[in-house]
Amino acid sequence: MSAIRVPVVEKIFSANDRMAELNRNLLNSHNIFSINLMASPGAGKTSFILETIKRLNHSLRIGVIEGDTAPVTIDADKIIAAGMPAVQINTGGDCHLEASMMSDGLNQLPLDDLDLVIVENVGNLICPAAWDLGTHINVLIASVPEGDDKPYKYPNIYRGLKVLVVNKTDLAPFVKFDMDYFRQGVEMLNPGLVTFPLSCRTGDGFDKWIEWLITQVHAHQQTS
Amino acid sequence: MHELSVTENILEIALTHAKASFAKKVTDIYLVIGQLSSIVDDSVQFYWDYISENTICAGARLHFNRIPANFRCIKCNHEFQMKNELTACPNCGSMQTTIISGEEFYVDSIEIEKEVEKSI
Repeated sequence: MSAIRVPVVEKIFSANDRMAELNRNLLNSHNIFSINLMASPGAGKTSFILETIKRLNHSLRIGVIEGDTAPVTIDADKIIAAGMPAVQINTGGDCHLEASMMSDGLNQLPLDDLDLVIVENVGNLICPAAWDLGTHINVLIASVPEGDDKPYKYPNIYRGLKVLVVNKTDLAPFVKFDMDYFRQGVEMLNPGLVTFPLSCRTGDGFDKWIEWLITQVHAHQQTS
Repeated sequence: MHELSVTENILEIALTHAKASFAKKVTDIYLVIGQLSSIVDDSVQFYWDYISENTICAGARLHFNRIPANFRCIKCNHEFQMKNELTACPNCGSMQTTIISGEEFYVDSIEIEKEVEKSI
């Protein structure tokens, strides 16, 4: 027997990354912009999607992929009730979505009739950050009751973001949340990050997000 | 966090490269993991022993080359290493920094055994 060292130099998630690239190509070929929406459980991801659908008022055609660890269709049912196509992906206990699951979801959506696909990732601030799904941007929803220390405790998820939404600003008078301390942590991880403080419940601040989103979708459609 | 999934990916990569090199057995796997990749070595080793059973990777040793997280200040270009928590630039106090290293996450190489060809 003889021992031989074989050079590999391959990223551990290379299989996922290849699948993500295929997903992105598929979306681009249909002129669709796509968002990977991440947050902790209870931050308001589904409410945020529903409010986005309502405010866009059919000016953009939206499809939604809902990721959950449990075999439930609670979130997808809400989206469908709001009049948009939705697919529920159950990860079977896994803590995050992967590109292959996103691919399954895309195959079940009417891609010819969509401008925007929103992927609601599993509620978790750790694992979803490590997997590229093939969406165009990562968006995180932080919410005021979670506390102002989250950027310091979950730095990885903040690094890969294009947009940060701070939800439940209407609860600020009732909980301790130092916005300056929160923003300082975000600034260290992702300097100049586009941030929308808003409230899904009262609607405060939502207009700016909608305006930004429409601009992004149109810009993407002109270049792809 | 998701060590099982990570370990499955490592096994897949190792097996692919081992087969391409006509390996009879894989004895060592060399991984390069940045400090910012939150992976627990012991967990990966635990899953590894379990999932590599009955493959040519069974019993292979995992070597973790941990790369420290290094940052560069966007304002003054000072380079510094992250100790435990996020910190402002120790030179000028700026909050705006960029990562130089610490995000590595790949299989660097594997060590394999081949049957020595018999002479004559």
